[in-house]
Amino acid sequence: MRLRTIAFNSLRRRKARMAFLVAGLLIGVATVVTLLSLTSALTMEAQHKMESYGANILITPRSDDLSLSYGGITLGGISVDPREIREQDLEKISTIANHRNIATIAPKVLGAVNIGESRVMMMGVDPEKEFHLKRWWSVEGRPLVAEDELVAGSAVARTLGLTQGNTLELNGQTFAVTGILRETGSQDDDLLIASLLTAQRLLDKKGTVSLVEVAALCANCPVEDMVSQISTVLPGARVSAIQQVVKTRMHALEQFRAFSMGVAAVVILIGALVVFVTMMSSVNERTREIGIFRAIGFRRSHVVSLVLMEASSVSLLAGFLGWLSGMGVTRLILPFLAEGAPHLVWSPVLAAGSLMLALIVGTMASFYPALHASRMDPTEALRAL
Amino acid sequence: MAFLEISELEKTYISDAEKVEALKGIDLAVEEGTFLGVMGHSGSGKSTFLSILGGLSHPTAGTVTVDGIDLFALGPEHLADFRREYLGFVFQSFNLVPYLTALENVMLPLSVKRMSIADKRDRANKVLDRVGLAGRASHLPCQLSGGEQERVAIARALVNRPPLILADEPTGSLDASTSEQVMALLQELHACGQTIVMVTHNPENRSWFDRTVVLRDGLVASDETVKARVA
Repeated sequence: MRLRTIAFNSLRRRKARMAFLVAGLLIGVATVVTLLSLTSALTMEAQHKMESYGANILITPRSDDLSLSYGGITLGGISVDPREIREQDLEKISTIANHRNIATIAPKVLGAVNIGESRVMMMGVDPEKEFHLKRWWSVEGRPLVAEDELVAGSAVARTLGLTQGNTLELNGQTFAVTGILRETGSQDDDLLIASLLTAQRLLDKKGTVSLVEVAALCANCPVEDMVSQISTVLPGARVSAIQQVVKTRMHALEQFRAFSMGVAAVVILIGALVVFVTMMSSVNERTREIGIFRAIGFRRSHVVSLVLMEASSVSLLAGFLGWLSGMGVTRLILPFLAEGAPHLVWSPVLAAGSLMLALIVGTMASFYPALHASRMDPTEALRAL
Repeated sequence: MAFLEISELEKTYISDAEKVEALKGIDLAVEEGTFLGVMGHSGSGKSTFLSILGGLSHPTAGTVTVDGIDLFALGPEHLADFRREYLGFVFQSFNLVPYLTALENVMLPLSVKRMSIADKRDRANKVLDRVGLAGRASHLPCQLSGGEQERVAIARALVNRPPLILADEPTGSLDASTSEQVMALLQELHACGQTIVMVTHNPENRSWFDRTVVLRDGLVASDETVKARVA
């Protein structure tokens, strides 16, 4: 027989008390697991959403002029910089160290075209990438697919009297208007959208692009690093992170995480108190038994080990059950909190973390009761003597 | 030097209201192999005497040496080691651990010793056999009679082969015939050379001792050695 035999037998005998202790710690661990796995699943979902929400890196030709335009209001004439980005250089973006973090590279060419007496801003895009990047674009009709197709912004359509299915003559070529972009409230309303090749040909800008929007996958992606990496491979371009989007995204996630941690800390503290009170009363209830142990030659350290052994066994059980319950609860409530089908990750790190958390909280909360037990006067404990 | 030497032993309990002198200066030398009975009325100081002898409580003054070891010069952890290696306690109310079987209760003092499980089990089984309880090894205390529980307690006191057994009213909770059996068992151990100090208030037990000390008001009132012991 070893000390652990005594500990296990003692636990077996005090089933109700130990069940209460397990429950106290289990609720704490389950709450932490639920919050962490929820945060993790929701963060992944939010990031996924944000990633499809738009670009977070902008590549424009390097220019020394300062912009005289803000919020769609332009002061004076627009300075047209003769410099453009060479389309073939864009391949270099895929060679940067963090190229795996790049979700979409959407180049575009911009320029003015004459339609009758009106001058309209034309934007040539890679339709598939652009419409993927700008999920908020809603097209009445369908997006353009072919070289001889166009999509008109709502303001352009209104000015030119275009509707879906109309045709438009440009430089002697006929284009079909496959769709009208519903009003976005942005500069996109003033655009005539064509395919990149078509626009390059019409604007006489073959092989060049005016700007590139890059969407980076942001699982804490190092946007700043990526900006400097792209700057290195494209020395003639100005690369900037759209900081606001990145920072707002991170800030919201951090706030949710901090809130979760706060709630988890409070619940764990309550769990620790339950363990402390239960162990303390258990030790006081066992005054006589501890007196016997001391009388027959158990050292104080043996008594401390015995109590901590019981506490750690119960804690490990509570940790495992808490992890299981936490994951179960997350699985049940996640569909109500998230849109779509979020992915619940069964992380072994979280499982090991739950066991460790329960073990640390359980043994720390039992440390004083164990010390108290070891300091009991064996004479007091054995009133028979 | 005698095996057990008690010198000028005093113990005073001080509470808020009063000061109680339980032991007022006891001198005693006990040779190895003695079956010593400590008798006295309630409040005579005999329980205090036994608890100090067992290193469970500290005297106010005086010394106790067992086999040349000054008990109260030892630190608390060494005192615990001393109790484990030198003493076997037999309590009045058996004081068995309720959730351990008879065998496990006997193995209790061995549980903190570095020995193989097989050796511990073997030694405990032999001692249980010696007290006549080989067939009850797997029973819990609540499944044993009072006499059987007391014999398990004696087996537990013996399992570490201690040089000294301290028994506190071991027959106090037993009927006359069971008491007789327990005393016969202690006598048998004594016959094998075991030193036993037993506290009792029952005059009928006197015949088993080869030396009887009577305490009165914290002092030795009489100290009588019987040469021809009743076997």
